[in-house]
Amino acid sequence: MAEVLKWNPAICDGFGYCAEMLPEMIGLDEWGFPMVKVHEVPETLLAAARQAVKFCPRRALALVPAPVGTPRRRSVKGAGQRAAAGSARR
Amino acid sequence: MTIVEERQLVARLLGGEQGATQSLAEHLRRFGPAPSIDRRHAEVLAGEVERAGLTGRGGAGFPAFRKWSTIASSRRRPIVAVNAMEGEPASAKDQLLLAYAPHLVLDGAEAVAGALGASAIALCLPDDRPGLVAHLEERLAERARTRSAVPVEIYQLPARYVAGEETALVSALEGGSSLPAFRADKTVPLRLGRATVLVHNTETLAHVALIARYGAVWFRGVGDPEAPGTCLVSLSGDLAAPGVVEVETGTPLRRILEAGRPNEPVQAVLLGGYGGSWLPESALETPYAPGPLRRLGAVMGAGVLVAVSTSGCGIRETERVVRYLASESAGQCGPCLFGLPALAEDLGRLASGKADRGLVERLERRLGEVDGRGACRHPDGAVRLVRSALITFAPDVSAHLRGAPCAGAHRPTAMVLPPVADWRRQVG
Repeated sequence: MAEVLKWNPAICDGFGYCAEMLPEMIGLDEWGFPMVKVHEVPETLLAAARQAVKFCPRRALALVPAPVGTPRRRSVKGAGQRAAAGSARR
Repeated sequence: MTIVEERQLVARLLGGEQGATQSLAEHLRRFGPAPSIDRRHAEVLAGEVERAGLTGRGGAGFPAFRKWSTIASSRRRPIVAVNAMEGEPASAKDQLLLAYAPHLVLDGAEAVAGALGASAIALCLPDDRPGLVAHLEERLAERARTRSAVPVEIYQLPARYVAGEETALVSALEGGSSLPAFRADKTVPLRLGRATVLVHNTETLAHVALIARYGAVWFRGVGDPEAPGTCLVSLSGDLAAPGVVEVETGTPLRRILEAGRPNEPVQAVLLGGYGGSWLPESALETPYAPGPLRRLGAVMGAGVLVAVSTSGCGIRETERVVRYLASESAGQCGPCLFGLPALAEDLGRLASGKADRGLVERLERRLGEVDGRGACRHPDGAVRLVRSALITFAPDVSAHLRGAPCAGAHRPTAMVLPPVADWRRQVG
C-alpha cells in the first residue's frame, strides 16, 4: 500500500532528526527545516520512514495513505484498506 | 479611501444616488425587494450562481457555488461567515462595500444562509473599525423592523494580514488565535464547535444578492466569459485619485489604472495584493480577467492594483512589502518565519547597490525553499511577489547588481504599509 510522508510546517520546530534518519527522502533547508524530497515512500525505506515519524519530537511528520488518483484507477479492495489504515492512525 | 465616483466604469454594486445605497429604503428603491430564500430554493440558487459563473472575490477566485455542496450534506445547521477582514493593506473594497451598500451584502448572506438552512450569520470585521461596526448595527436594526431572518452577529476579530484566511477566521470565531491552521484536505468543511462554517468574501455575497434578484443571464451580461460580471478594484500607489472602482471583468488594465489618475508615467503595477505579481507598463493592455492574467503569471486576487511610477524603485518597493509580509507572518512555520526576512534582506542589499557576488543565486535558492512550505499560502504570496519583481524589474536588477546608483531607491514608498506590529509578543 503506497504511503506518503506529510510534514506539518506549523508544528515542526526543526529538530532535524528526520533528515538524519531518512536522508534518502528528507533534506534540510537553510534554516534547518525538513524538505521532503521524495513524497511517496519506496518499499525499501518504509521501516526507516516509520522510525523517522516515530522519533519526531513534535510529531510533525506523518505517514498517510497516498492520495487516490482518478476513481477509475482505484481498485475497490485497495481503496477500502487505505481508508481503514487512515482512520486507524488518526 | 473614497470611491472614485465620477469615474465608475460600470455600476452594479456601487453607484446609485451619491454612490451610496446605505439605508434600507434607498436600497429597496434601487434594487427592489430581495426574494425570500429557504432550503427549498437551495438547488435553484446554487444552479443560478453556477450558471452565473460567480467566482469568489476574496483572493482565491474559487467558484462560489462549489463551497456549498460540502456544507449542504451535513446534518447540523451550518453557520455562514461574511469575511470582511480585508487584511490586504492596499485593499479597501470590502469595507467600502459594507459602508456604501451594506444591505446588498446582508441580502447575499441571508440568501446563502436561507438556502443552506443556516442557524446564524457571523459578520466578521477587523477590530479597528468601530465606525463601521456602529454603521452596520444601525443597518441591522433597520432590517429587524421589516423582516425576521437568520440572526446576524457582528464579530470584531484581530486586524492582521492573515486573519482573513479561512482557518484563521474560524479559529478566531471559536475564541482561539487568528492563526491559519494546517489543512490537509480542503474539501472537508471547516467547523465551529459541531456546526460547519461556510466562509464567503463580502463582495462575493453582494454579487449573490444580485444574482438571486436578477438571475444568471443578467449577471453574465457584462464582463469576461470565464469570470463574468463586475468586480471591485482598490487603486493605490502613485495616484492622484486612489480609491475603489467597479469595473467589468475584462476591462484593460490601463483603463482601470487611468481611473486613479497616475501622477507620473507608470513603470509597473502590482496586481492582486501584496502576495500578488508585478506587471510592467507594457502589459497594461491586458484585460483584467483570470485567463489573460494567468498567461502573465498574475491573478486578480483580492482586487488590488498599486501603481509605481518611473521615478520609483520596484526593487525597493518589493523589499518594503516583503518586510511587511514578514512582520505579518503568523510565525508558526519555519520557512515563513525565517525565510521572509531573509528574502527582504537580499532585496534590500540589491536595492542599495550592495549586492554580493552570490546574491541572485542565493535569492533564487531561498525562493525555492520558502515556496509552498507553510501551513497557509502566506509565504507563497511573498515568493510570487519577489519572482515577478525579478522579471518585471530585470533591467533594474542588472543595474543594481553593477552597483549603479538608483535615485528611486531613496524615495519614500508609494505603497500603503501599516506600521510593523509585533504579533509574536501578543500571540505568545
